[in-house]
Amino acid sequence: MKQHIRIGCGAGFSGDRLEPALILVKQGQLDYLVLECLAERTIALAQKRKRQDPTLGYDPLLERRIESLLPHLVEKKVRLITNMGAANPLAAAQKVIDIARRLNLSVTVAAVTGDDVFSLLSENETALETGKPLMDSGTLVSANAYLGTDAILPALATGADIIITGRVADPSLFVSPLVHEFGWSLEDSNQIGQGTVIGHLLECAGQLTGGYFADPGRKDVPDMAHLGHPFADVSSDGTAVFGKVAGTGGMLTVATAKEQLLYEVMDPSRYITPDVVADFSQVRLEETGLDQVKAIGGRGETRPDTLKVSVGYEAGFIGEGEISYAGANALGRAKLAGSIIQERLQDRFTDLRLDYIGSTSVHRTNFGHYPDPYEIRLRVAGRATTAQHAALVGEEVEALYTNGPAGGGGARKYIHEVVGIVSTLMDRNKITSSITVLES
Amino acid sequence: MRIKLYDIAHSRAGDKGNTLTLSLIPYSADDYPLLCDRVTADAVSRHLQYIVAGEITRYELPNLPALQFVCQQALTGGVTTSLTMDTHGKSLSYALLEMWVDTEVNG
Repeated sequence: MKQHIRIGCGAGFSGDRLEPALILVKQGQLDYLVLECLAERTIALAQKRKRQDPTLGYDPLLERRIESLLPHLVEKKVRLITNMGAANPLAAAQKVIDIARRLNLSVTVAAVTGDDVFSLLSENETALETGKPLMDSGTLVSANAYLGTDAILPALATGADIIITGRVADPSLFVSPLVHEFGWSLEDSNQIGQGTVIGHLLECAGQLTGGYFADPGRKDVPDMAHLGHPFADVSSDGTAVFGKVAGTGGMLTVATAKEQLLYEVMDPSRYITPDVVADFSQVRLEETGLDQVKAIGGRGETRPDTLKVSVGYEAGFIGEGEISYAGANALGRAKLAGSIIQERLQDRFTDLRLDYIGSTSVHRTNFGHYPDPYEIRLRVAGRATTAQHAALVGEEVEALYTNGPAGGGGARKYIHEVVGIVSTLMDRNKITSSITVLES
Repeated sequence: MRIKLYDIAHSRAGDKGNTLTLSLIPYSADDYPLLCDRVTADAVSRHLQYIVAGEITRYELPNLPALQFVCQQALTGGVTTSLTMDTHGKSLSYALLEMWVDTEVNG
């Protein structure tokens, strides 16, 4: 058993930057690299891609990430754990093998499957968000259970260099190598709770090292153009010291760590994952050096008997249109434009929204204490069941050029398909995960 | 004296479905009691009345120290189907920091 390992997190979402992971592998002296690339909705969209082409459905950036990383992972003997398998971990594993052969590298890849529970799901199950049967939300397109550490451990036990999963709980990507290397018991809830704190702090990558934090003059962060992603030095007792590669941008302080510890956390004493009900409330953070923070004190209680299942459903199409006004009475002219659109579209859309970008578009209010801006952009959005119907929104906004208020410019229109997500719980005993190993 | 939360604290927004989470972290631990006293769940509900439709629960984390607000029905349907610009509500930390509080202990 090892006494100490270093785990880096080189991506915190599907579209994350590519080079921080490369820097971590080349210079970070890692034992493990984790790439967390799967958001709630990403997997439902991936399921749709898989349905159109059975060889797809994994992360769209997988090829680019693996091509750049693979030679260095092999050279430095760093194991990779990633959920880039999305809706199709087997196809993703095959793609990695193809890349390895092309690069003349010898690697073993283990794919973790079993999260796709669409065939096990009843449409009559209750959606947690609505309290109504799942089928009331719309035509269901996907159902993926959040697998945990117990599903990833057998893949690590095969000795594979690369572990590719679909939907697993984000912290489990980090807890699994800790359990594997230190021989922790999955029944030791306090140990797994501390492991979950470590995973939770790392899982959004740059959000621990100064990303999503900076506010110039108030919370200054150096060299954000080259933000370094974090790693954790974990001891077998669970003590973790977080750091980043010297010379990279960003910063790691108690303040950045506090913001990330509470990010997306509901009850901090009951953070539920497939592995544990973790308690973050007794966590202690301490700066132990420049860009170095120690975290101890995570605890936990026995894991839940159910797993959360993310269910995707067809939610129609959203059409959008935008147009700008500037100078004297910009807001007045934008609001006139808005009222014209409202009058023309209100009978054709049950769900229509008007926003004034530059004033109240993201907070829905300006709390009454900010002056009118010099320029303003009207943005209209409406939902429809067909793309053709949704397109009306952009068409009407564009027509304001010649039929609307004075000085309207820069009209743009967009349409996109929407997959909605609701959740339900499933008895974990109904869900079976399995491992497939491929070699290059 | 009235001050804005922005002057004494920082915040990060997170989302789970239609639920918004907002941390509130004082720059100085000395201001934590003031935050506990002034920034109650009710006060935040009034401040965010145009943003949060549902209930707000406050959790106290004296060890950090920090407060955590969990706001139900705050994201107009949630990340995937909302028609709003900021479907995740990632910008809403700065809506909380717009709140004014009285610093007089018995004020």
